Amino acid sequence: MKPVVSLPSPAPLLSRTGWAAFLVALIVVCAVAPVLNLLVPAGSLFHLSDYGVGLVGRIMCYAICALAMDLIWGFTGILSLGHGLFFALGGYAMGMYLMRQIGLDGNYKSELPDFMVFLDWKELPWHWTFSDSFVATLFLIIAVPGIVAFVFGYFAFRSRIKGVYFSIITQAMTFAAMLLFFRNETGFGGNNGFTDFKRILDIPVATPSMRMTLFVLTGITLLGFFLMARWLINSKFGRVLQAVRDAETRVMFSGYNPLGYKLTIWTISAMMCGVAGALYVPQVGIINPSEMSPANSIEIAIWAAVGGRATLIGPILGAFIVSGAKSWLTVAYPEFWLYFLGALFIGVTLFLPDGVVGLVKRLATTAAAKSGDKA
Amino acid sequence: MFKKILLSTLLLIAGSAYSITAEEVKSITIGETDSRVEALAKAMLAADDKTAAFLQALSDDAVKVAGDKILVIQGDKVVDAVTQAEVPLPDDAEDVINNNRMRGEIDSALAALKLFSKDDKVRAAAVKQLQSDADETKLPLIEKALATELNTSIKDQLNLVRAAALLGSADKSKRLEAAQLLATSGQANTKTMLLARLENETDAEVKAALGAALRQVESALAWGDKLGALFSGISLGSILLLVALGLAITYGLMGVINMAHGELMMIGAYATYVVQGLFHTYLPGAFDWYLLAAVPVAFMASALMGALLERSVIRFLYGRPLETLLATWGISLMLMQLVRSVFGAQNVGVENPSWMSGGVQVLGNLSLPYNRLIIIGFAIFVLGSVAWLIGRTRLGLFVRGVTQNRPIASCMGVNTARIDTYAFALGSGIAGLAGCALSQVGNVGPDLGQGYIVDAFMVVVLGGVGQLAGTVYAALGLGILNKFLEGWAGAVLAKIAVLVFIIIFIQKRPQGIFAMKGRSAEA
Repeated sequence: MKPVVSLPSPAPLLSRTGWAAFLVALIVVCAVAPVLNLLVPAGSLFHLSDYGVGLVGRIMCYAICALAMDLIWGFTGILSLGHGLFFALGGYAMGMYLMRQIGLDGNYKSELPDFMVFLDWKELPWHWTFSDSFVATLFLIIAVPGIVAFVFGYFAFRSRIKGVYFSIITQAMTFAAMLLFFRNETGFGGNNGFTDFKRILDIPVATPSMRMTLFVLTGITLLGFFLMARWLINSKFGRVLQAVRDAETRVMFSGYNPLGYKLTIWTISAMMCGVAGALYVPQVGIINPSEMSPANSIEIAIWAAVGGRATLIGPILGAFIVSGAKSWLTVAYPEFWLYFLGALFIGVTLFLPDGVVGLVKRLATTAAAKSGDKA
Repeated sequence: MFKKILLSTLLLIAGSAYSITAEEVKSITIGETDSRVEALAKAMLAADDKTAAFLQALSDDAVKVAGDKILVIQGDKVVDAVTQAEVPLPDDAEDVINNNRMRGEIDSALAALKLFSKDDKVRAAAVKQLQSDADETKLPLIEKALATELNTSIKDQLNLVRAAALLGSADKSKRLEAAQLLATSGQANTKTMLLARLENETDAEVKAALGAALRQVESALAWGDKLGALFSGISLGSILLLVALGLAITYGLMGVINMAHGELMMIGAYATYVVQGLFHTYLPGAFDWYLLAAVPVAFMASALMGALLERSVIRFLYGRPLETLLATWGISLMLMQLVRSVFGAQNVGVENPSWMSGGVQVLGNLSLPYNRLIIIGFAIFVLGSVAWLIGRTRLGLFVRGVTQNRPIASCMGVNTARIDTYAFALGSGIAGLAGCALSQVGNVGPDLGQGYIVDAFMVVVLGGVGQLAGTVYAALGLGILNKFLEGWAGAVLAKIAVLVFIIIFIQKRPQGIFAMKGRSAEA
């Protein structure tokens, strides 16, 4: 007999203000930014510079990672220090396609990517077989991080590795991958990675319209992922995840097997990072193994923590705040960037356990309480 | 009586032969290359200073031919090569042309002549050079050198060179003798020599002898290789142990995910650098002993920094491991930038004291460097001290009490907050000691800690959190495993294999080698 439990009716995907904000964001990304960048003359106050487009485009990629991190850390309680690997894997999948698109325009006028000519390789290694097809690349961008995450996660979650152990092992995983990709024999360009991209789908990469297209695409992806994440955590599946986070043993005693739940969200989260990486590479024009350094993965966790965990919107804000500060500080005060970042880590963990979003909420409630007192 | 006369006659003949004659000078200088090389080899038997001087002149292109006279240019003077008398330079004097083959022969002859130098180092160098191009023509020379050589190590080397020269002999019995001689050498270059000969050998008997010799050399080499890998494994293990010991306290006992552990090591390394600088400036006479002063300084510098961190940040985060991870990562970034601001972003140079350079030669291809041996000893010393501190002192008792049951320890009147600070400072201080040791084997720079932090956590996790013995086994095991894999697959793949191994191992034993038992296992 089915137990009779009255579940509260599912919350709407977004509130009315939520939809309004979402719509505004969509309009900004898809219409306002392109107009300000492409149509408004360069001298005007409202012109959005190419640098600005590149910066915001990049940060939106980071924001996707932070969102993915929020799903796995904020809502499921699993801190991954290896998300940089999935980001880089998606990036490399895209990078391979972009390398093939260079064609005969490389320095050595060869069908092979320059670094292979340099290493005196005669033909493409097997794992480059499908890299000339855009459709296959789109598939690989999602499949490669997904498969790696699935295999790794299956073994890790099956033996119930959790908490700090899991974090440290994910860090070891990305560290090992970085060492591997640094090698020339691996066939991923070694130390230098991939760069010098010329075109994508036979359209030159370095044109203003192409830049704007990638920007809009990234923005739409971010917003789409946000909606998807919102839908996921509001679903029954999402509630089980949160139950796993809060009391995994009780979830097991209630008849659920957390393995499937954790593995699913872990894989989804990794795929999101892969997509972010693939959007990132053509915008910055380079991918190399340093993307897999443990520091990069930890930075993703920082975005989520600064913005506020388990809020979805918080990590996106966090990515904008931290990366924005980074791009400003590293230009203005290069000496102080690490002090600032370090202080941010310490300050957030000590004083803002719920991040910026938590702070705003707290301020809002105090303000509401005060106005209530007056009335 | 007759014997005596014979002997003196022989000596006389020998004496007269040991001086370059006009005929020899001429045949070395003029004619077809083949005959010149032959004459050169013959003249080498008379290895005296005059021959050497003449060959040097030939090598320097300072020899001219005028009719049947051979002339040597010595600065402004022109000297007859045979009579050493100064003569005017005739108008029809022509340069001697040496082709590349001749040049090579002259050079190696000159090198061979160095075998009779009075300086041990020059002789040793000459022996080394001969090793690569020993052939039968140099055999008499080598034997002559052997007869007078007193230095045993040079003599051993010379014997090998002789065997190598014999190896190319046309005489079968000589080749057999050479194979026998080389079999006992146990050196890597003997192996290549034997292999090269084996390829060109046609005689079946000699081939068998060469094969046997090769096997013997290979087995000797294999032993050296194995012991060498074992030693470097233990050496790496001792470094991993030093790196992980402090973490075994801060993470293993206290549960603090201290991502700044690597930077505490870096502080220890920079403290060593500063002490070195101070000794350089104020106590240059005692410079060799700066390291002894650096050890306590490195410990104190890192311990004080650790105490400061514990008081200001970490004590607010106990019981929230993921938050400590983030906060200490922030600390590590700030410490790195601090060091960059103070000392610059470049690596700084830390010198080994003179008593740490050099090593013990154990086998032909195995020598143990002193600095590695000393670090192994240092690791044992630190391990012993930590075991004693934790197991035998009052502080250790309190630390164990607080980790096992904080409320009860508090009820018994232990100041738990202070014990936390002490314990964290102790772990940090040990990190400083590790940094001091690392400064003797690697680069000291702001990134020093980053390279070791993953390793350190791996060791502690693999060993079993909170288990000192586990840390020791894990460090040594990983060190040795890594070095053996390295010999087989290269450094990077070995490292990856070790990381994969750890990931798989943790699958099987999530609690590490030594799982915690009893009450604390639930925590």
